[in-house]
Amino acid sequence: MLLIECPWCGPRDDQDFTYGGEAHIARPERPEKLSDEQWGDYLFMRSNPKGTHLERWVCNGCRRWFNVCRDTVTDEITAVYRMGEKPPGAIKKAGRKS
Amino acid sequence: MHATSGIPIVTMSKYSIFSLVRNALGYHENWPLAWRSPEPKAEYDVVIVGGGGHGLATAYYLAKEHGIRNVAVLEKGWLGGGNTGRNTTIIRSNYLWDESAALYEHSLKLYEGLSQELNFNIMFSQRGVLNLAHNLHDMRELSRRVNANRLNGIDSEILTPEQIKAIVPILNTSPTARYPVLGASLQRRGGTARHDAVAWGFARGADAHGVDIIQNCEVTGIRRNGARVEGVETSRGYIAAKKVGVVVAGHCSVLAGMAGFRLPIESHPLQALVSEPVKPIHHSVVMSNAVHVYVSQSDKGELVIGAGIDAYNSYAQRGSFAVVEGQIGALVELFPIFSRLRMMRQWGGIVDVCPDASPIIGKTPVENLFFNCGWGTGGFKATPGSGWVFAHTIATGEPHPLNAPFTLERFTTGFLIDEHGAAAVAH
Ligand SMILES: [Zn+2]
Repeated sequence: MLLIECPWCGPRDDQDFTYGGEAHIARPERPEKLSDEQWGDYLFMRSNPKGTHLERWVCNGCRRWFNVCRDTVTDEITAVYRMGEKPPGAIKKAGRKS
Repeated sequence: MHATSGIPIVTMSKYSIFSLVRNALGYHENWPLAWRSPEPKAEYDVVIVGGGGHGLATAYYLAKEHGIRNVAVLEKGWLGGGNTGRNTTIIRSNYLWDESAALYEHSLKLYEGLSQELNFNIMFSQRGVLNLAHNLHDMRELSRRVNANRLNGIDSEILTPEQIKAIVPILNTSPTARYPVLGASLQRRGGTARHDAVAWGFARGADAHGVDIIQNCEVTGIRRNGARVEGVETSRGYIAAKKVGVVVAGHCSVLAGMAGFRLPIESHPLQALVSEPVKPIHHSVVMSNAVHVYVSQSDKGELVIGAGIDAYNSYAQRGSFAVVEGQIGALVELFPIFSRLRMMRQWGGIVDVCPDASPIIGKTPVENLFFNCGWGTGGFKATPGSGWVFAHTIATGEPHPLNAPFTLERFTTGFLIDEHGAAAVAH
Protein backbone atom coordinates (compact mmCIF):
# COMPACT_ATOMS: atom_id res chain seq x y z
CA MET A 1 0.00 0.00 0.00
CA LEU A 2 1.40 3.34 -1.04
CA LEU A 3 0.75 6.85 0.19
CA ILE A 4 0.88 9.01 -2.92
CA GLU A 5 0.77 12.78 -2.92
CA CYS A 6 -1.40 14.16 -5.73
CA PRO A 7 -0.01 17.59 -6.68
CA TRP A 8 -3.58 18.93 -6.52
CA CYS A 9 -5.39 16.83 -3.87
CA GLY A 10 -2.57 15.98 -1.46
CA PRO A 11 -1.63 12.62 0.08
CA ARG A 12 -4.00 9.74 -0.54
CA ASP A 13 -4.04 5.94 -0.47
CA ASP A 14 -2.93 4.30 -3.74
CA GLN A 15 -6.45 2.96 -4.20
CA ASP A 16 -7.42 6.55 -5.08
CA PHE A 17 -5.07 6.42 -8.07
CA THR A 18 -4.59 4.40 -11.22
CA TYR A 19 -1.13 3.36 -12.33
CA GLY A 20 0.03 4.44 -15.77
CA GLY A 21 3.35 2.64 -16.16
CA GLU A 22 6.79 3.96 -17.02
CA ALA A 23 7.03 7.73 -17.52
CA HIS A 24 8.79 9.74 -20.22
CA ILE A 25 8.15 7.38 -23.12
CA ALA A 26 7.36 9.89 -25.83
CA ARG A 27 5.31 8.77 -28.79
CA PRO A 28 7.59 9.05 -31.84
CA GLU A 29 6.84 12.10 -33.96
CA ARG A 30 6.92 10.19 -37.26
CA PRO A 31 5.95 6.55 -36.58
CA GLU A 32 5.92 5.78 -40.31
CA LYS A 33 9.65 6.57 -40.45
CA LEU A 34 10.53 3.99 -37.81
CA SER A 35 11.79 0.47 -38.36
CA ASP A 36 9.77 -2.38 -36.86
CA GLU A 37 12.45 -2.68 -34.21
CA GLN A 38 12.19 0.98 -33.19
CA TRP A 39 8.40 0.84 -33.15
CA GLY A 40 8.48 -2.39 -31.10
CA ASP A 41 10.89 -0.74 -28.70
CA TYR A 42 8.52 2.19 -28.23
CA LEU A 43 5.46 -0.03 -27.79
CA PHE A 44 6.79 -2.85 -25.66
CA MET A 45 10.29 -2.46 -24.23
CA ARG A 46 10.45 -1.19 -20.66
CA SER A 47 13.31 -0.40 -18.27
CA ASN A 48 11.61 -2.23 -15.35
CA PRO A 49 14.43 -1.25 -12.96
CA LYS A 50 15.05 -2.76 -9.55
CA GLY A 51 15.35 0.53 -7.69
CA THR A 52 14.49 4.05 -8.86
CA HIS A 53 11.52 4.06 -11.23
CA LEU A 54 9.93 7.07 -12.91
CA GLU A 55 6.25 6.33 -13.41
CA ARG A 56 2.90 7.93 -14.16
CA TRP A 57 -0.18 7.91 -12.00
CA VAL A 58 -3.63 9.42 -12.49
CA CYS A 59 -5.65 10.72 -9.55
CA ASN A 60 -9.16 9.29 -9.43
CA GLY A 61 -10.26 12.38 -7.52
CA CYS A 62 -9.20 15.25 -9.78
CA ARG A 63 -8.52 12.99 -12.82
CA ARG A 64 -5.17 14.60 -13.47
CA TRP A 65 -1.97 12.81 -14.46
CA PHE A 66 1.40 13.32 -12.82
CA ASN A 67 4.81 11.67 -12.46
CA VAL A 68 6.18 9.84 -9.44
CA CYS A 69 9.72 8.73 -8.65
CA ARG A 70 9.48 5.56 -6.56
CA ASP A 71 11.91 2.87 -5.46
CA THR A 72 10.55 -0.48 -6.65
CA VAL A 73 12.19 -2.37 -3.76
CA THR A 74 11.45 -0.13 -0.77
CA ASP A 75 8.37 1.63 -2.26
CA GLU A 76 9.82 4.93 -1.04
CA ILE A 77 8.52 7.87 -3.09
CA THR A 78 11.26 10.46 -3.49
CA ALA A 79 9.59 12.90 -5.88
CA VAL A 80 6.23 13.85 -7.35
CA TYR A 81 6.22 16.21 -10.34
CA ARG A 82 3.81 17.36 -13.01
CA MET A 83 3.40 16.11 -16.55
CA GLY A 84 5.82 17.75 -18.94
CA GLU A 85 8.32 18.42 -16.16
CA LYS A 86 11.68 16.72 -15.91
CA PRO A 87 12.49 14.59 -12.86
CA PRO A 88 14.01 16.83 -10.20
CA GLY A 89 17.72 17.05 -9.42
CA ALA A 90 19.97 14.06 -9.64
CA ILE A 91 17.29 11.51 -10.52
CA LYS A 92 18.07 9.86 -13.84
CA LYS A 93 15.94 7.59 -15.88
CA ALA A 94 17.35 4.08 -15.78
CA GLY A 95 17.82 1.61 -18.58
CA ARG A 96 16.99 3.58 -21.67
CA LYS A 97 19.73 4.33 -24.13
CA SER A 98 20.33 7.80 -25.58
CA MET B 1 34.02 -40.87 -7.82
CA HIS B 2 34.58 -39.39 -11.22
CA ALA B 3 34.22 -40.72 -14.70
CA THR B 4 37.01 -39.95 -17.15
CA SER B 5 35.10 -36.96 -18.48
CA GLY B 6 35.25 -35.41 -15.04
CA ILE B 7 31.51 -35.77 -14.62
CA PRO B 8 30.50 -37.34 -11.33
CA ILE B 9 28.32 -40.40 -11.58
CA VAL B 10 25.91 -40.31 -8.71
CA THR B 11 23.98 -43.34 -7.61
CA MET B 12 20.59 -42.14 -6.51
CA SER B 13 18.86 -44.28 -3.92
CA LYS B 14 15.46 -45.26 -5.25
CA TYR B 15 12.46 -44.32 -3.15
CA SER B 16 10.02 -47.22 -2.70
CA ILE B 17 7.91 -48.96 -0.10
CA PHE B 18 10.94 -51.12 0.66
CA SER B 19 13.29 -48.18 1.18
CA LEU B 20 10.63 -46.66 3.43
CA VAL B 21 10.43 -49.83 5.54
CA ARG B 22 14.21 -50.20 5.61
CA ASN B 23 14.67 -46.62 6.78
CA ALA B 24 11.82 -46.89 9.28
CA LEU B 25 13.79 -49.70 10.94
CA GLY B 26 16.71 -47.27 11.22
CA TYR B 27 14.50 -44.58 12.77
CA HIS B 28 14.76 -42.59 9.52
CA GLU B 29 18.27 -41.49 10.45
CA ASN B 30 20.03 -42.92 7.40
CA TRP B 31 18.20 -41.38 4.44
CA PRO B 32 20.81 -40.17 1.95
CA LEU B 33 20.77 -36.52 0.93
CA ALA B 34 18.53 -36.00 -2.10
CA TRP B 35 21.25 -34.06 -3.92
CA ARG B 36 24.87 -33.00 -3.39
CA SER B 37 26.07 -29.48 -2.61
CA PRO B 38 29.27 -29.29 -4.64
CA GLU B 39 31.68 -26.39 -4.96
CA PRO B 40 31.26 -24.67 -8.31
CA LYS B 41 33.73 -25.77 -10.98
CA ALA B 42 35.68 -23.22 -13.02
CA GLU B 43 33.78 -24.02 -16.21
CA TYR B 44 30.63 -25.77 -17.38
CA ASP B 45 29.13 -26.64 -20.73
CA VAL B 46 25.89 -25.03 -19.61
CA VAL B 47 25.14 -22.75 -16.66
CA ILE B 48 21.49 -22.37 -15.73
CA VAL B 49 20.80 -19.21 -13.74
CA GLY B 50 17.87 -19.75 -11.39
CA GLY B 51 17.11 -22.82 -9.27
CA GLY B 52 13.35 -22.73 -9.41
CA GLY B 53 11.22 -25.42 -10.97
CA HIS B 54 11.80 -24.22 -14.54
CA GLY B 55 15.59 -24.02 -14.15
CA LEU B 56 15.85 -27.40 -12.45
CA ALA B 57 13.57 -29.00 -15.04
CA THR B 58 15.78 -27.51 -17.77
CA ALA B 59 18.89 -29.01 -16.18
CA TYR B 60 17.18 -32.37 -15.73
CA TYR B 61 16.07 -32.62 -19.36
CA LEU B 62 19.43 -31.28 -20.62
CA ALA B 63 21.13 -34.18 -18.85
CA LYS B 64 18.53 -36.85 -19.47
CA GLU B 65 17.23 -36.08 -22.97
CA HIS B 66 20.28 -34.43 -24.50
CA GLY B 67 23.16 -36.08 -22.62
CA ILE B 68 24.60 -32.70 -21.57
CA ARG B 69 25.69 -33.40 -18.02
CA ASN B 70 28.41 -30.87 -17.37
CA VAL B 71 25.78 -28.44 -16.14
CA ALA B 72 25.43 -26.17 -13.11
CA VAL B 73 22.25 -24.65 -11.73
CA LEU B 74 23.05 -21.42 -9.84
CA GLU B 75 20.49 -20.27 -7.28
CA LYS B 76 20.93 -17.08 -5.29
CA GLY B 77 18.76 -18.32 -2.43
CA TRP B 78 17.42 -21.80 -1.85
CA LEU B 79 15.84 -24.19 -4.36
CA GLY B 80 12.26 -23.31 -5.18
CA GLY B 81 12.34 -20.32 -2.82
CA GLY B 82 11.02 -17.91 -5.43
CA ASN B 83 7.79 -18.23 -7.34
CA THR B 84 8.03 -22.04 -7.40
CA GLY B 85 7.30 -22.08 -3.67
CA ARG B 86 4.89 -19.13 -3.72
CA ASN B 87 2.24 -20.03 -6.28
CA THR B 88 -1.16 -21.62 -5.77
CA THR B 89 -0.06 -24.88 -7.48
CA ILE B 90 -2.81 -24.96 -10.12
CA ILE B 91 -2.16 -26.99 -13.26
CA ARG B 92 -4.30 -26.84 -16.41
CA SER B 93 -3.84 -26.45 -20.15
CA ASN B 94 -7.13 -24.90 -21.30
CA TYR B 95 -5.55 -21.94 -23.11
CA LEU B 96 -7.24 -20.25 -26.02
CA TRP B 97 -4.57 -19.96 -28.70
CA ASP B 98 -3.00 -22.92 -30.50
CA GLU B 99 0.55 -21.93 -29.51
CA SER B 100 -0.21 -21.75 -25.78
CA ALA B 101 -2.49 -24.78 -25.82
CA ALA B 102 0.27 -26.91 -27.35
CA LEU B 103 2.89 -25.73 -24.87
CA TYR B 104 0.76 -26.06 -21.73
CA GLU B 105 -0.76 -29.35 -22.86
CA HIS B 106 2.71 -30.79 -23.37
CA SER B 107 3.50 -29.71 -19.83
CA LEU B 108 0.32 -31.27 -18.45
CA LYS B 109 1.16 -34.54 -20.18
CA LEU B 110 4.62 -34.49 -18.61
CA TYR B 111 3.01 -33.81 -15.21
CA GLU B 112 0.84 -36.89 -15.69
CA GLY B 113 3.91 -39.13 -15.62
CA LEU B 114 6.21 -36.99 -13.53
CA SER B 115 6.06 -38.80 -10.16
CA GLN B 116 7.07 -42.04 -11.92
CA GLU B 117 9.63 -40.30 -14.12
CA LEU B 118 11.35 -38.66 -11.16
CA ASN B 119 10.72 -41.43 -8.61
CA PHE B 120 9.47 -38.59 -6.42
CA ASN B 121 5.88 -38.09 -5.33
CA ILE B 122 4.87 -34.67 -6.59
CA MET B 123 1.34 -35.28 -5.26
CA PHE B 124 -0.20 -34.51 -8.62
CA SER B 125 -3.95 -34.55 -8.17
CA GLN B 126 -6.17 -34.27 -11.25
CA ARG B 127 -9.15 -33.02 -9.32
CA GLY B 128 -10.53 -30.84 -12.10
CA VAL B 129 -10.33 -27.08 -12.67
CA LEU B 130 -13.52 -25.05 -13.05
CA ASN B 131 -13.61 -21.54 -14.49
CA LEU B 132 -16.85 -19.77 -13.62
CA ALA B 133 -18.88 -17.48 -15.87
CA HIS B 134 -20.96 -14.78 -14.20
CA ASN B 135 -22.52 -13.00 -17.16
CA LEU B 136 -23.40 -13.56 -20.81
CA HIS B 137 -20.12 -12.22 -22.06
CA ASP B 138 -18.24 -14.61 -19.76
CA MET B 139 -20.34 -17.45 -21.17
CA ARG B 140 -19.51 -16.54 -24.76
CA GLU B 141 -15.80 -16.25 -24.02
CA LEU B 142 -15.93 -19.52 -22.15
CA SER B 143 -17.70 -21.33 -25.01
CA ARG B 144 -15.17 -19.97 -27.46
CA ARG B 145 -12.30 -21.17 -25.30
CA VAL B 146 -13.82 -24.61 -24.64
CA ASN B 147 -14.39 -25.10 -28.37
CA ALA B 148 -10.83 -23.99 -29.12
CA ASN B 149 -9.53 -26.42 -26.49
CA ARG B 150 -11.48 -29.31 -27.97
CA LEU B 151 -10.21 -28.56 -31.47
CA ASN B 152 -6.71 -28.79 -29.97
CA GLY B 153 -7.47 -32.15 -28.38
CA ILE B 154 -7.58 -30.75 -24.85
CA ASP B 155 -10.30 -32.08 -22.56
CA SER B 156 -12.65 -29.22 -21.84
CA GLU B 157 -16.38 -29.07 -21.26
CA ILE B 158 -19.11 -26.62 -20.36
CA LEU B 159 -21.12 -27.19 -17.19
CA THR B 160 -24.57 -25.89 -16.30
CA PRO B 161 -25.14 -24.41 -12.84
CA GLU B 162 -26.75 -27.71 -11.79
CA GLN B 163 -23.72 -29.69 -12.94
CA ILE B 164 -21.43 -27.24 -11.14
CA LYS B 165 -23.48 -27.59 -7.97
CA ALA B 166 -23.06 -31.38 -8.12
CA ILE B 167 -19.27 -30.96 -8.19
CA VAL B 168 -19.00 -27.98 -5.84
CA PRO B 169 -22.01 -28.13 -3.47
CA ILE B 170 -20.69 -25.29 -1.32
CA LEU B 171 -20.64 -22.81 -4.22
CA ASN B 172 -23.40 -20.21 -4.07
CA THR B 173 -25.27 -20.80 -7.34
CA SER B 174 -28.42 -19.01 -6.24
CA PRO B 175 -29.83 -16.81 -9.04
CA THR B 176 -29.97 -13.94 -6.56
CA ALA B 177 -26.28 -14.21 -5.66
CA ARG B 178 -24.21 -11.09 -6.10
CA TYR B 179 -22.10 -12.99 -8.63
CA PRO B 180 -24.64 -15.32 -10.27
CA VAL B 181 -23.05 -18.47 -11.73
CA LEU B 182 -24.29 -19.01 -15.29
CA GLY B 183 -21.93 -21.81 -16.13
CA ALA B 184 -18.35 -22.97 -16.00
CA SER B 185 -15.69 -24.62 -18.06
CA LEU B 186 -14.22 -27.78 -16.62
CA GLN B 187 -10.91 -29.38 -17.41
CA ARG B 188 -11.04 -32.71 -15.61
CA ARG B 189 -7.35 -33.43 -16.18
CA GLY B 190 -6.40 -30.17 -14.49
CA GLY B 191 -5.63 -30.01 -10.80
CA THR B 192 -2.82 -29.30 -8.39
CA ALA B 193 0.59 -30.64 -7.40
CA ARG B 194 2.95 -30.08 -4.49
CA HIS B 195 5.06 -27.19 -5.74
CA ASP B 196 8.11 -27.85 -3.54
CA ALA B 197 8.11 -31.50 -4.57
CA VAL B 198 8.27 -30.52 -8.24
CA ALA B 199 11.43 -28.49 -7.56
CA TRP B 200 12.93 -31.15 -5.29
CA GLY B 201 12.09 -34.00 -7.65
CA PHE B 202 13.74 -32.26 -10.60
CA ALA B 203 16.72 -31.28 -8.41
CA ARG B 204 17.23 -34.87 -7.26
CA GLY B 205 16.85 -36.17 -10.79
CA ALA B 206 19.22 -33.60 -12.25
CA ASP B 207 21.79 -34.27 -9.53
CA ALA B 208 21.61 -38.00 -10.22
CA HIS B 209 22.53 -37.26 -13.83
CA GLY B 210 25.59 -35.29 -12.73
CA VAL B 211 24.23 -31.73 -12.65
CA ASP B 212 25.83 -29.50 -9.99
CA ILE B 213 23.18 -27.67 -7.98
CA ILE B 214 24.77 -24.65 -6.31
CA GLN B 215 22.64 -22.69 -3.85
CA ASN B 216 23.48 -19.34 -2.23
CA CYS B 217 25.23 -18.36 -5.43
CA GLU B 218 23.97 -15.10 -6.89
CA VAL B 219 24.80 -14.10 -10.43
CA THR B 220 26.05 -10.50 -10.38
CA GLY B 221 27.20 -10.12 -13.95
CA ILE B 222 27.17 -11.72 -17.37
CA ARG B 223 30.54 -11.67 -19.11
CA ARG B 224 30.53 -11.27 -22.89
CA ASN B 225 33.24 -11.60 -25.47
CA GLY B 226 31.87 -9.43 -28.23
CA ALA B 227 28.51 -10.83 -29.24
CA ARG B 228 29.04 -14.12 -27.41
CA VAL B 229 28.50 -15.02 -23.76
CA GLU B 230 31.55 -16.33 -21.90
CA GLY B 231 30.40 -16.92 -18.37
CA VAL B 232 28.84 -15.40 -15.29
CA GLU B 233 30.18 -13.41 -12.36
CA THR B 234 28.75 -14.75 -9.14
CA SER B 235 28.92 -14.17 -5.41
CA ARG B 236 31.13 -17.28 -5.39
CA GLY B 237 33.47 -16.16 -8.13
CA TYR B 238 33.58 -16.25 -11.90
CA ILE B 239 32.20 -19.33 -13.64
CA ALA B 240 32.91 -19.83 -17.33
CA ALA B 241 30.20 -21.35 -19.49
CA LYS B 242 29.88 -22.34 -23.14
CA LYS B 243 26.15 -21.61 -22.91
CA VAL B 244 24.06 -19.78 -20.34
CA GLY B 245 20.32 -20.24 -19.78
CA VAL B 246 18.61 -17.61 -17.65
CA VAL B 247 15.38 -18.69 -15.90
CA VAL B 248 14.86 -16.07 -13.18
CA ALA B 249 11.24 -15.20 -12.57
CA GLY B 250 11.04 -11.82 -10.90
CA HIS B 251 14.44 -10.66 -12.05
CA CYS B 252 14.69 -11.23 -15.80
CA SER B 253 14.92 -7.52 -16.68
CA VAL B 254 17.81 -7.19 -14.22
CA LEU B 255 19.66 -10.14 -15.79
CA ALA B 256 18.93 -8.86 -19.31
CA GLY B 257 20.42 -5.53 -18.23
CA MET B 258 23.61 -7.36 -17.20
CA ALA B 259 23.81 -8.82 -20.70
CA GLY B 260 23.10 -5.47 -22.33
CA PHE B 261 19.59 -5.73 -23.77
CA ARG B 262 16.05 -4.85 -22.73
CA LEU B 263 12.91 -6.92 -22.35
CA PRO B 264 9.23 -6.08 -22.87
CA ILE B 265 8.56 -7.04 -19.27
CA GLU B 266 7.26 -5.40 -16.14
CA SER B 267 7.59 -7.00 -12.71
CA HIS B 268 4.61 -6.98 -10.37
CA PRO B 269 3.75 -8.41 -6.95
CA LEU B 270 1.33 -11.34 -6.89
CA GLN B 271 -0.07 -12.50 -3.58
CA ALA B 272 -1.62 -15.65 -2.21
CA LEU B 273 -2.87 -16.71 1.18
CA VAL B 274 -3.96 -19.84 3.01
CA SER B 275 -6.62 -20.41 5.63
CA GLU B 276 -6.40 -22.44 8.78
CA PRO B 277 -6.65 -26.17 7.95
CA VAL B 278 -10.14 -27.65 7.91
CA LYS B 279 -11.57 -31.05 7.02
CA PRO B 280 -12.03 -31.87 3.31
CA ILE B 281 -14.71 -29.53 1.99
CA HIS B 282 -13.54 -28.39 -1.44
CA HIS B 283 -12.43 -31.13 -3.82
CA SER B 284 -11.74 -29.30 -7.07
CA VAL B 285 -10.14 -26.04 -8.14
CA VAL B 286 -12.56 -23.14 -8.68
CA MET B 287 -11.45 -20.02 -10.50
CA SER B 288 -13.45 -16.94 -11.22
CA ASN B 289 -11.96 -14.58 -13.67
CA ALA B 290 -14.60 -11.85 -13.46
CA VAL B 291 -14.37 -11.42 -9.69
CA HIS B 292 -10.76 -12.57 -9.67
CA VAL B 293 -10.31 -15.21 -7.06
CA TYR B 294 -9.27 -18.85 -7.24
CA VAL B 295 -9.35 -21.45 -4.53
CA SER B 296 -8.42 -25.05 -3.89
CA GLN B 297 -7.87 -27.07 -0.73
CA SER B 298 -4.44 -28.47 0.04
CA ASP B 299 -3.87 -31.98 1.35
CA LYS B 300 -3.17 -30.40 4.74
CA GLY B 301 -6.68 -28.93 4.66
CA GLU B 302 -5.78 -25.30 4.12
CA LEU B 303 -7.70 -23.36 1.51
CA VAL B 304 -5.19 -21.95 -0.95
CA ILE B 305 -6.46 -18.66 -2.31
CA GLY B 306 -5.03 -16.50 -5.06
CA ALA B 307 -6.00 -13.33 -6.90
CA GLY B 308 -4.47 -10.83 -9.27
CA ILE B 309 -1.36 -8.69 -9.36
CA ASP B 310 -0.81 -5.23 -7.95
CA ALA B 311 -0.91 -2.82 -10.87
CA TYR B 312 2.41 -1.09 -10.23
CA ASN B 313 5.98 -2.31 -10.87
CA SER B 314 7.63 -3.79 -7.82
CA TYR B 315 10.50 -5.99 -6.75
CA ALA B 316 9.32 -6.11 -3.12
CA GLN B 317 7.88 -9.56 -2.41
CA ARG B 318 4.73 -8.16 -0.83
CA GLY B 319 1.50 -6.73 -2.15
CA SER B 320 -1.31 -4.39 -1.18
CA PHE B 321 -3.93 -5.14 1.39
CA ALA B 322 -6.56 -3.89 -1.08
CA VAL B 323 -5.93 -6.93 -3.30
CA VAL B 324 -6.45 -9.28 -0.35
CA GLU B 325 -9.63 -7.43 0.61
CA GLY B 326 -11.00 -7.74 -2.93
CA GLN B 327 -10.21 -11.42 -3.29
CA ILE B 328 -11.64 -12.35 0.12
CA GLY B 329 -14.78 -10.32 -0.63
CA ALA B 330 -15.23 -12.29 -3.86
CA LEU B 331 -14.44 -15.59 -2.13
CA VAL B 332 -17.05 -15.08 0.57
CA GLU B 333 -19.72 -14.12 -1.98
CA LEU B 334 -19.01 -17.31 -3.93
CA PHE B 335 -18.53 -19.53 -0.87
CA PRO B 336 -20.55 -18.14 2.05
CA ILE B 337 -19.44 -21.14 4.15
CA PHE B 338 -15.88 -19.74 4.21
CA SER B 339 -16.91 -16.48 5.88
CA ARG B 340 -15.71 -17.42 9.37
CA LEU B 341 -12.46 -19.12 8.32
CA ARG B 342 -9.32 -17.49 9.62
CA MET B 343 -6.44 -16.82 7.28
CA MET B 344 -3.12 -18.20 8.49
CA ARG B 345 -0.46 -16.94 6.11
CA GLN B 346 -0.16 -14.42 3.32
CA TRP B 347 2.81 -13.84 1.05
CA GLY B 348 3.86 -12.31 -2.25
CA GLY B 349 6.10 -13.15 -5.15
CA ILE B 350 7.29 -11.08 -8.09
CA VAL B 351 5.92 -12.07 -11.48
CA ASP B 352 7.41 -10.90 -14.78
CA VAL B 353 4.57 -9.98 -17.11
CA CYS B 354 4.84 -9.67 -20.90
CA PRO B 355 2.52 -7.35 -22.84
CA ASP B 356 0.74 -10.37 -24.35
CA ALA B 357 0.77 -12.43 -21.13
CA SER B 358 2.81 -15.16 -22.83
CA PRO B 359 6.36 -16.20 -21.97
CA ILE B 360 9.58 -15.56 -23.86
CA ILE B 361 11.57 -18.77 -24.39
CA GLY B 362 14.50 -18.74 -26.73
CA LYS B 363 17.52 -16.98 -28.12
CA THR B 364 18.62 -13.45 -27.20
CA PRO B 365 20.70 -10.80 -28.98
CA VAL B 366 23.73 -12.38 -27.22
CA GLU B 367 25.08 -15.56 -28.78
CA ASN B 368 24.80 -18.69 -26.63
CA LEU B 369 22.74 -16.80 -24.06
CA PHE B 370 19.16 -18.03 -23.77
CA PHE B 371 16.27 -16.62 -21.77
CA ASN B 372 13.18 -18.35 -20.43
CA CYS B 373 11.08 -15.69 -18.74
CA GLY B 374 7.91 -13.66 -18.65
CA TRP B 375 5.64 -16.44 -17.42
CA GLY B 376 3.60 -13.82 -15.60
CA THR B 377 1.13 -15.17 -13.12
CA GLY B 378 0.94 -18.72 -14.45
CA GLY B 379 4.31 -20.40 -14.72
CA PHE B 380 3.96 -23.29 -12.29
CA LYS B 381 1.65 -25.30 -14.54
CA ALA B 382 4.26 -25.06 -17.29
CA THR B 383 7.26 -26.21 -15.24
CA PRO B 384 8.07 -29.55 -16.92
CA GLY B 385 7.10 -28.36 -20.41
CA SER B 386 9.12 -25.19 -20.02
CA GLY B 387 12.17 -27.18 -18.94
CA TRP B 388 11.63 -29.60 -21.81
CA VAL B 389 11.58 -26.98 -24.57
CA PHE B 390 14.25 -24.80 -22.99
CA ALA B 391 16.62 -27.76 -22.68
CA HIS B 392 16.05 -28.47 -26.37
CA THR B 393 16.69 -24.81 -27.24
CA ILE B 394 19.96 -24.70 -25.28
CA ALA B 395 21.17 -28.12 -26.46
CA THR B 396 20.51 -27.57 -30.16
CA GLY B 397 20.78 -23.80 -30.32
CA GLU B 398 17.36 -23.66 -31.98
CA PRO B 399 13.88 -23.59 -30.44
CA HIS B 400 11.76 -26.70 -30.13
CA PRO B 401 8.64 -26.45 -32.36
CA LEU B 402 6.59 -25.91 -29.18
CA ASN B 403 8.47 -22.77 -28.13
CA ALA B 404 9.30 -21.47 -31.61
CA PRO B 405 6.41 -18.96 -31.49
CA PHE B 406 7.50 -17.66 -28.07
CA THR B 407 10.47 -15.62 -29.27
CA LEU B 408 11.63 -12.21 -28.15
CA GLU B 409 11.37 -11.15 -31.82
CA ARG B 410 7.58 -11.34 -31.69
CA PHE B 411 7.62 -7.89 -30.10
CA THR B 412 9.20 -6.62 -33.32
CA THR B 413 7.26 -8.71 -35.82
CA GLY B 414 3.92 -8.29 -34.08
CA PHE B 415 3.17 -12.02 -33.89
CA LEU B 416 1.92 -11.72 -30.33
CA ILE B 417 0.24 -14.59 -28.50
CA ASP B 418 -2.41 -12.61 -26.72
CA GLU B 419 -3.54 -14.61 -23.73
CA HIS B 420 -4.65 -11.64 -21.65
CA GLY B 421 -8.25 -12.29 -20.80
CA ALA B 422 -8.37 -15.27 -23.09
CA ALA B 423 -6.77 -18.07 -21.14
CA ALA B 424 -9.32 -18.44 -18.39
CA VAL B 425 -7.27 -15.48 -17.17
CA ALA B 426 -6.69 -16.18 -13.54
CA HIS B 427 -3.73 -18.51 -13.31
ZN1 LIG C 1 -5.90 14.69 -7.41
